[in-house]
Amino acid sequence: MERTTLDLWVGVFVVAGFAALVVLALKVGNLSTYNVSETYQLQAHFQNIGGLKSNASVRSAGVLVGRVTSISLDTERYEAKVTMSIDKRYQFPKDTFANILTSGLLGEQYIGLMAGGDDKMLQGGEEFKKTQSAVVLEELIGKFLFNKADSAQ
Amino acid sequence: MPIAKSLRAIGRRSINSVWRLGFATRFLALTLFYSGTSFRRFHLTVKEIFSSGVMSLIIILVSGMFVGMVLGLQGYETLKRYGSESALGSLVALSLVRELGPVLAALLFASRAGSAMTAEIGLMKATEQISAMEMMAVNPIARVVAPRFWAGVISMPLLAALFSAMGVFGGYVVGVVVIGVDEGSFWSQMQGAVDFQHDVMNGVLKSFVFGVAVTAIALFEGFDAPPTAEGVSGATTRTVVQSSLAILMLDFILTAFMFRGA
Repeated sequence: MERTTLDLWVGVFVVAGFAALVVLALKVGNLSTYNVSETYQLQAHFQNIGGLKSNASVRSAGVLVGRVTSISLDTERYEAKVTMSIDKRYQFPKDTFANILTSGLLGEQYIGLMAGGDDKMLQGGEEFKKTQSAVVLEELIGKFLFNKADSAQ
Repeated sequence: MPIAKSLRAIGRRSINSVWRLGFATRFLALTLFYSGTSFRRFHLTVKEIFSSGVMSLIIILVSGMFVGMVLGLQGYETLKRYGSESALGSLVALSLVRELGPVLAALLFASRAGSAMTAEIGLMKATEQISAMEMMAVNPIARVVAPRFWAGVISMPLLAALFSAMGVFGGYVVGVVVIGVDEGSFWSQMQGAVDFQHDVMNGVLKSFVFGVAVTAIALFEGFDAPPTAEGVSGATTRTVVQSSLAILMLDFILTAFMFRGA
């Protein structure tokens, strides 16, 4: 068996195909933003999570610090229980605010963390005590109409 | 009795098509059974990868580029109305990676390489090369069919990935370079929307299934073609028609499984 030019072309083809896959993974997809660094789990209860989905980003001051891992309904309190994994490099004080925010007017929802002033830091498995639910457009419109009717009287 | 006659014709056709389907299944099973040869003598498969995969590169790359450019233009015009031009990247990438890449690459592959496979095997049969191999105790399925099958199955996902990557590049050229959408938001929105596991890998899986379907149909039609000039040309036409239909139907089924409720 000898090497032929045909083998070269097939090799080029296979390399180009896999290169395209790598481009799709890193440049087009989100594989590069997945942090393989170590994480710890934190929880939060929200009265209403709106359109939050698992794998949504967790940001503090706009910086990506983690991702939502799971969302479930806590049937003891009838509130949404959101578990998120946070990058080990970042620690948050015990009185940190967890808000559900929206990126842009119609964008995706994410969790924004606003650090408080407590000396003690949240440890793995602990919970954000202070949370703010998602803004639901219908509720907002309802409040607005209510106020209008109030002021009209 | 014209009614009885037409009924008889319908019956003959249905029985015939079921017969052919059974034969096709046995053919595919035999191809898989004898595919050991195509890996032990891998140069046979490499040769077929060259003629079906490498030779399809030009058409795949050029069409991918133009499809991406059209997506960039059309998407921009529509998204502009809602003031969300920055979502152009995610629109182009998602539609390419999930649907257009695998489907269009498979359609092009069926008409570029599938028809050639059918014509080649059909002509081999018409010129009695297949029978000659059997005479020499060479199994034509192991020697001729299986390497072509695996070449198609290996080439198809690579071609689809190249198509999608080229398309994203085309969308980038039109959207960012020509029209002037912000480059940062183009890529970051794209990366935010496209999930590697869910979108890219499912697209690859799709193109793998299409590769199996297209090559299986092409090889069977060639092998089953009546050994005449007319028979070979009819088989080539049937390959293109049937594999296009199979691709689109399979695409619907796969999409229903992969992307529902996401």
